[in-house]
Amino acid sequence: MSANTDVRRYPGFGLFSVLFFIYLYLPIAVVVFYSFNANRIVANWGGFSLHWYTTALSNAALVGAVKTSLLVAAVATVLSTVAALMAALVIVRGKGVRFRRASETIVNLPLLLPEIVVAVAVLILFSELGLTNGLLKLMIAHTTFCIPFAFLPIRARLQGMDSDLEEAARDLYASGWVAFRRVTLPLIMPGVFSGAMLAFVISMDDFITSNLLNSGGATTLPVYIFSLIKQGVSPQLNAISTLIMIVSVMLATVAFLVQRRR
Amino acid sequence: MDMDVSVQQAKAVEIKGVSKVFGGYQALKPVTFDIRENEFFTLLGPSGCGKTTLLRMIAGFEQPTTGAILLRGAEMKDLPPHKRRVNTVFQSYALFPHMTLEQNIAFGLENLGWAKDRRAARVADMLRLVHMEKFAGRKPQQLSGGQRQRIALARALAPEPEVLLLDEPLSALDLKLRQAMRDELRTLQRQTGITFVFVTHDQEEALDMSDRICVLGDGEIQQLGTPADIYEEPSNRFVADFIGETNFLEVDVLSVEGDEATVSTPLGMTLSAAQKRVSGGGRGWMSIRPEKISLPARPGEIAVDGTIEGANYLGGYTHYVVDTGAVKLRVSKRNNVSRSRMFETGQPITVSFAAESVRILGA
Amino acid sequence: MSAAPGNARWNVIGLLPAQLIMLATLIIPVGIIVLVSFSTRGPYGGFEYVFTTAPYKQILFNEGWSGELEFNPQYLIVVARTMILAAATTFICLLLAFPAAYYISLRKPAMKMLLIYLVTLPFWVSMIVRVYSWIIILGNDGVIAKTLRALGLVDNMGSLLFTDTAMLIGLVYSYIPLMILPIFASIEKLDPALVEASHDLYGSRLTTLRRVILPLCRPGMVAGSILVFVPCLGAVLEPILLGGGKTMMMGNLIQLQFGAARNWPLGAAISIVLMAAVLVFLLWRGLRSIRREEAEAAA
Repeated sequence: MSANTDVRRYPGFGLFSVLFFIYLYLPIAVVVFYSFNANRIVANWGGFSLHWYTTALSNAALVGAVKTSLLVAAVATVLSTVAALMAALVIVRGKGVRFRRASETIVNLPLLLPEIVVAVAVLILFSELGLTNGLLKLMIAHTTFCIPFAFLPIRARLQGMDSDLEEAARDLYASGWVAFRRVTLPLIMPGVFSGAMLAFVISMDDFITSNLLNSGGATTLPVYIFSLIKQGVSPQLNAISTLIMIVSVMLATVAFLVQRRR
Repeated sequence: MDMDVSVQQAKAVEIKGVSKVFGGYQALKPVTFDIRENEFFTLLGPSGCGKTTLLRMIAGFEQPTTGAILLRGAEMKDLPPHKRRVNTVFQSYALFPHMTLEQNIAFGLENLGWAKDRRAARVADMLRLVHMEKFAGRKPQQLSGGQRQRIALARALAPEPEVLLLDEPLSALDLKLRQAMRDELRTLQRQTGITFVFVTHDQEEALDMSDRICVLGDGEIQQLGTPADIYEEPSNRFVADFIGETNFLEVDVLSVEGDEATVSTPLGMTLSAAQKRVSGGGRGWMSIRPEKISLPARPGEIAVDGTIEGANYLGGYTHYVVDTGAVKLRVSKRNNVSRSRMFETGQPITVSFAAESVRILGA
Repeated sequence: MSAAPGNARWNVIGLLPAQLIMLATLIIPVGIIVLVSFSTRGPYGGFEYVFTTAPYKQILFNEGWSGELEFNPQYLIVVARTMILAAATTFICLLLAFPAAYYISLRKPAMKMLLIYLVTLPFWVSMIVRVYSWIIILGNDGVIAKTLRALGLVDNMGSLLFTDTAMLIGLVYSYIPLMILPIFASIEKLDPALVEASHDLYGSRLTTLRRVILPLCRPGMVAGSILVFVPCLGAVLEPILLGGGKTMMMGNLIQLQFGAARNWPLGAAISIVLMAAVLVFLLWRGLRSIRREEAEAAA
């Protein structure tokens, strides 16, 4: 069918989309490009160099921040995914669950509040409790706002799964646990995995909450990068950003491929 | 004592006053009947008649609102599905997509704690039974509809259930395959000797396969009997209408004597025929099946004059509509003679039927 | 009876962890925020539970030396700027996302998958890195300024950075993936026969877009708008990095009160105003969709 006669096509949408993708990727490309700039002044090209990558990787403060972020993200991912999985099983599959809608809203609460409010809430909570351990504070706060991100893909996968399959398992003498372990869990695993990935990335990426809670020596990667940006644009910052982007793209690709798998 | 046991075992399932209410809606009014050991029993009815609900209650996926379900004499109340020796063939087949066919069939056996060797032997037997040996290592997604159907059957039969429940298992198949699967199901039931409880809305399927049929309508039992009983001796208008095709003529009931009623028909004559649930002096329905009307008229039968109003040629049969003035009669005639002998539209004609073919049913 | 998935006890136990976490870390603390917003500022930051409405008055008024109230719009301006920027961001995202999502939905399956992957990819890339990239582009010595200068078009254009426009660009860039995905999902659900039926009934492309496609994609557009508007109201990074210190949004104001300014009651009061704005928006959206459903049911 030619473009002229296909009534679903709209002229100009194609060109618009090309421009749109340029807008989406140009800023990223610029950062990557300048990260290879030998010149100390970012905008003046001084030849190709990997110098800033070696500088970045030997930066102890950066490595420390990465470690903090990974630790917090790992704990938050595990806790939030488990809590989200349990909640999704009840909300999607539970029979005769009372307050189903309200329960779901509560699980998704962090999505309905601007993050700064969530940050203020946990800040006040920790100050009232007298909690001073920076890492612990971050882990608790991150678990909270990661739950809906882990919840949504798991819920979607569960909803897409035929409930006949669970009934068939029960019919074939599987107890509730066996049916869950052998049928439900393997089938929703891609959803659980994407949920966990999303939770991990959201935690790694978080700036607002981590910045407000920033005390007790627990500086996360985004908070550290923020302090670098405050000092001004630098080629080392570009190199760090590029490294982060490479890791992000790898994570996103894995998550995407798993989600697509049937 | 031996006698006692055999009488007990003669009933595979007992349904005693079972009803179901879903959030204020009465899906099933209290029903009571037995399903016998080793029979092919069909629950037949239009959608929403409560047949699937009944099946799900036997399987344990739903709890009856009132009444009791007994499996080989044992009360099933509060017994979860995985503790009932009953297996289901799902309408969607519900084959586990992440398992091979072998793993699907072995699943129930594993949960029952069968030893590995015995399990493998049973799986092989089952695959052979449904002619699917070659596909053992495949995943369900790689199969056609008919093949999935067979694996669903094999999986449900493998644990040797006391009763096999089949929830419209043929509805997803195309016509040709459906015909073939009917024969296969019937053969499987005879080979295994397992009691089959089959749910369908397709009356032809029900008549073809069943030992006994329970016709459900509006959440209650309309009739329970053999296929011939139900077709030939429908107990009410609903059953006569739902099973096969028929002509309904509204009649005045003049008198009733035992199983026989004398009625005055809109065709102009008075006749006596077998009746069900009719009372004298009231109105009733006369039912006569299209294939029981002779065209042209045969001597010795009740004759009616009319004209051919329309003809639908269906290959093996031709369906005629005959206008008798007062009513229009549908007549089905086998095309066992050459085409030149077909009747033309507008042609005057006399049709006839025997009083024994007529049933008088309550309104 | 154990609490295995599928039985009644599980229904309670399964929900418990997530609900308890939300109760302890969000629901109760939000209650405390309300309390703090009516409390008196402590001498060294923090707060004391002495009832006062002063924090709310502070949003509108300055308290003079002798306690007289003098109207001061500085916080009100921040609130207004936040609302306007969030609304503008949502609107621009809608405008950009629809044609792109529509175009993607018409591609062949493999291409469609690739493009959707490319749309979601930036969302996975660290927010701070993405906002930072615009500093390089918009800065005084940035890519745009240098390019224009090299072409001889502009001598000295002044910085694009630290303007409301820069903030808007950054906000749109940050949140647009959240707008595209729901719109794409609703376009995918659209039956192509409906578009053909509209043309068959003499509808032009424009009429079809306006009367068939857009109304049917409305649920996706509403969902996308919520996903963009809510976080925009609480944006912190874009204003600091692209708006500089001078043009604040509510998020910065709150952060400032809990940080350097050490005025928790005022910060809490602004948080309450922010939450109220979100609530009003969500209720308004919710009410509109309910009313539309009612209207459709009546028709």
